[in-house]
This record gives sequence, C-alpha cells and structure tokens, in this order.
Amino acid sequence: MPDVLARLSASHFGRRRLTTFISGLLFAAPGIVGFLAFVAYPIVASLYYSFTSYAIVGRYRWVGLENYVTLLTLDPEFWNVLGNTTYFVALSVPLHIVVALLLALLLNSRVPGISVYRTLFYLPSVVPPVATAMLWLQVYHPTNGILNAILDVFGIVGPNWLGDRAWAKPALVVMSVWAGGALMLILLAGLQDVPQDLYDAADVDGAGWWPRFWNVTIPFVSPQLLFGLVTGLIGGFQYFTQVYVMTGGGPARATAVYAFYLWENAFQFLKMGYASAMAWILLVIVAVCTALVFGTLSRRVYYGGR
Amino acid sequence: MYLSVRRSAAIVQRARHRAPGIRPVSVELCLAVFAATFSIPFFWLVTSSLKTYPQMIAYPIVWIPSPPILDHYVQTFQIVPFARYIGNTMIIALMTVVGAVFSNALTAYSLSRINWPLAKPLFALLLSTMMIPFPVLMIPQFLIFRNLGWLDTYLPLVVPAYFGYAFYTFLLRQFFLTIPVELSDAARMDGAGEFRIFWNVIAPLAKPALATIALFQFIGAWESFLPPLIYISSKDLYTVSLGLAMFRGEFTSEVGPMMAGSTVMIMPIVILFFLTQRTFIKGITLTGIKG
Repeated sequence: MPDVLARLSASHFGRRRLTTFISGLLFAAPGIVGFLAFVAYPIVASLYYSFTSYAIVGRYRWVGLENYVTLLTLDPEFWNVLGNTTYFVALSVPLHIVVALLLALLLNSRVPGISVYRTLFYLPSVVPPVATAMLWLQVYHPTNGILNAILDVFGIVGPNWLGDRAWAKPALVVMSVWAGGALMLILLAGLQDVPQDLYDAADVDGAGWWPRFWNVTIPFVSPQLLFGLVTGLIGGFQYFTQVYVMTGGGPARATAVYAFYLWENAFQFLKMGYASAMAWILLVIVAVCTALVFGTLSRRVYYGGR
Repeated sequence: MYLSVRRSAAIVQRARHRAPGIRPVSVELCLAVFAATFSIPFFWLVTSSLKTYPQMIAYPIVWIPSPPILDHYVQTFQIVPFARYIGNTMIIALMTVVGAVFSNALTAYSLSRINWPLAKPLFALLLSTMMIPFPVLMIPQFLIFRNLGWLDTYLPLVVPAYFGYAFYTFLLRQFFLTIPVELSDAARMDGAGEFRIFWNVIAPLAKPALATIALFQFIGAWESFLPPLIYISSKDLYTVSLGLAMFRGEFTSEVGPMMAGSTVMIMPIVILFFLTQRTFIKGITLTGIKG
C-alpha cells in the first residue's frame, strides 16, 4: 500500500513537472522560434554562404576559402574599411564614455534646472539617425554651416569637414558623441546609488577630489562603464546609416566603414557570398573584442552597490 | 512640526549630496557650456528650415531667419510624399509595437516566473544574441524573406517583431523578477492556470515596463533605416527614413525642404519623449542594470 502511494505521488510529481515544462516551453515559444529563425539559422547559413559564390540569382557555387583569401590578401578596400572602423571605434567609444560620465557627474550635483539639462543632453539620442545625419550635414557645411560660421567669428577658416579626408572621420565621431545620451542616463542612475556615507568617510579621511572619484565613484559605476564599453564596441562596428546618408563612404573612401562595405557587397555588387564572409569576420572580431573586454575587466567590476 | 523637521532634514541632506568635490558655480558654468554646445545642431536645424534660400547661403551668415518663412515645410510635403510616408511608418510602427509587447512579455514570463529547467540556459542564450551585429544576420534574413516572396512588402519589417527581441525580453524579465513570487503562488493555489496568472496578475502589474517596451519599439520602428532600405523598393511603400534620405539622392539641392523634413521627422519623437519622459528614463536606466 505505501508502495502504491509513493508511486502515485511520484507520477503526480512527474506530471506536474511535465506541465510546468510544457507551459515554460509554450510561453517562451515566440522567443525560441525567433531565435532559431532570425539568429541561429542566419548565423549558420551565412557561414555556409561565405564558402560559396552567390549573386542572388543563380546557384550557390562552393568556392572553399576563396572569399576569405580574397578579402584578406587581394582586397585593399577590406583593409581600408577595417582601418576606418577601427579608427572610428577607437576614438568614439572612449570619448563617448568620458563625455557621458562627465555629464552624469555634472547632473548629479544639486544645482537648479538639472532636469532641463538632463533632457537637453539626452534629447539628441532620440533623434532618428537619418535626421541626425541631415542636421549635421548642415552644421558641417563648408560655407553655410554653423560650425565654420562660429570659427569665422574667431578668424579661423574652417575646413570642408565632410569633404576632407583628414576631418571626415573626426566629424562623424563628434556627431556620435552628441547622440550618446543614453549612457549618460545609465551612469547618472548609477551615481545616484553611491552611498553618501562613503563620500562622508572619504571626507573624514581627508581624501581629495581625485581619490574620492577614483576609489568611490568609479568602482560604483564600473558595471555601467563596462556596459557602455561593450555596447559601444558592438554599436561602433555596425555604424552605417550616417555614412550612407552623409558621405556615401567618401571622400575617397575615407569614411567607408565595415558595415557600409558589407552592405555594398551584398546589395550593390550582389556578392552575397563575399559579403557573408565579411559578416563572419565581423562576428569573430566582435566576439573577440567583447571576450577580451569581459576577460580583462569583469573581475575588476564592482557589483557591491546592489 | 513633524513636516518642517522632515523638510529641514531634506534640505540638509540636499546640501550634503553633491558630486564629489566639484563646486556648484563651476558646475553651473560647465553645464551651461555643454548645454549651448548640445543645442547648436537643433538651433541650426530649426532656423535653417525657416530661412529663405538667399539667407541660407548668405555670407556673413544669417543667424536668425528674418522673417521666418514656412514655405519649406509646404515644399517638403510636395517634393516627397511625406504625409504618405508618415502614414506608412505609423502602420509599421504600430504593428510591430503589438508584436513586440506580446512576444517579449510571454517569453520573459517563461524565463522569469516559470520554474522550468531551460529558463536559465535559454536566458543566457538570448542575452548572448544581443552581441550579434545586425549586418551579420542581414543577408540570410534577406534571403529567407525573399524566398517567402515578401520582398517589397512590410512583412519583413513587421513579422520579426512577433518573435521576441532579446533586449526587450531582458528588460521585461528584469521587471518580472521584482514581482513577489507569492503572488503567483497564491493564484496557483486558487487553481489559476499559467496563462491566467500571466494575464490577470503579472501583466497588469507590469504595465509600466510594457509601456516602456511599446515606446522603445515605436521609436525604433520610426527611426529604422537599414531594414527598410534593403526590403522596400517601391516608392509608395517608403518609410519616413527612406523618404528623408531621398533628399540626399534625388533632391540634394533642396536644402530648405530637407531641413524642414528633418524637423518633421524629429518632432513626433521629441513630443513623445516629453510626454513620456518618466517611462523613458526609467526604461533606459533599467538597461544598465545587469542581472
């Protein structure tokens, strides 16, 4: 008799676990299907395409490593766009983080009108990228632009920002920093969580501005800084819209970035296989970069704030 | 009496709570300088859109349009069928909002409030997909939709929204985790099924988070550029982004209407932002919290 009871409860237990499992699966179904159809399959498929020569029409012709070999050894434009993207990421990501942190620190003080400033600094990040591109075209315009008009007041003749090989990339960097308000809000929320006691304790110890900043503030917002670094890296490698709208990769391919050349290969030159090889190289680069960042920094990130 | 004590305590607190070591006066100065710098592009956009063409190209530069004219706003809608593109984008945006809210709420519910063995690994998997750049997925996705015969329709822009998006799932999961487990347990005791708990208990409590997702998705769809660029080829079906970009392709010389068009595209987002600032800022801040 107890034997039967045990078996009954066991099967009851098992059935409940099964129902839970099924409802878990059903609720997650949209996400699972989406993952399989729009992420997992495309990643595998693009790996396959990258070993073929495919031009939208016709059939996939297996070419082995040819696309990769061509990209890495025969296509100077590949190295050009990789260089341009590296330049852009290396400049815009740190600058973005520094400016966002600086603004967040300023906003974390108790001066009047903070919410107005906060709105103003955040606003550029909700401006649609195409509109951002349009309005900065007018800011950077060599003769009618406001930037050169301001420089003119100081007697400086400004360059043709987007038409000059040397200035076009920095101009895009400045624009991306302007539109980076989201990280500022995230950092501001982090700053507001720093316990006042710690600053008071630092005061008692007679710590100056820098030790307080470096030993109290920075550790407390280090998760947010790591977040900014990782999302900045990933976003930076996908930079596309502004280049497409503003420069078309010019002047003389100085602003042709990785995603732009990938798009050109896929949808202008219809070299889908070649573009897929580019996509996989991009995937590896982004994976290695994020792994490096997490590997070197995540141990130094302080999660004690929560 | 009690109130005033509290208030003075608050004032003391406020006075103490300052950014480390920066003096308020210099803070205010810095803020003012940054504010001026950040508003220059906006100032230039709006004033340019209100200038006559001769004023726009005049030297020395005309800082303030005199008199301000609205002609460019009229022309924008004539050069490019902007009203139509606004309508198109609205349709796409609203359709994706519905999909994003439902699919992500369901998925997030499974990953946070149902205790099943795959919840954790699945969450980790979804989280990792956030690191995959869109250009990597773009070509196979394009070929899937082409094989389905969906090119030059809104389906490739709308349908994926009904299958979850890792970032939104993540946001909602974080929110769902903050709702006490006891609420679900009590409902389970009463014999409620999982869907009823989701619909009657969790979803109503998660309204602010769901509103955030709706807002983000709407703005995302409004601003989206690369997907419409690769999927839409008929001009009748263009979105606002594509329509505005036409000023760089076909109508490059029409600077005034281009500025007016940009203002028109930005305005709804700015208004939406001001109306929903709280939801907005909460949502953004939630992003930075790692779980």
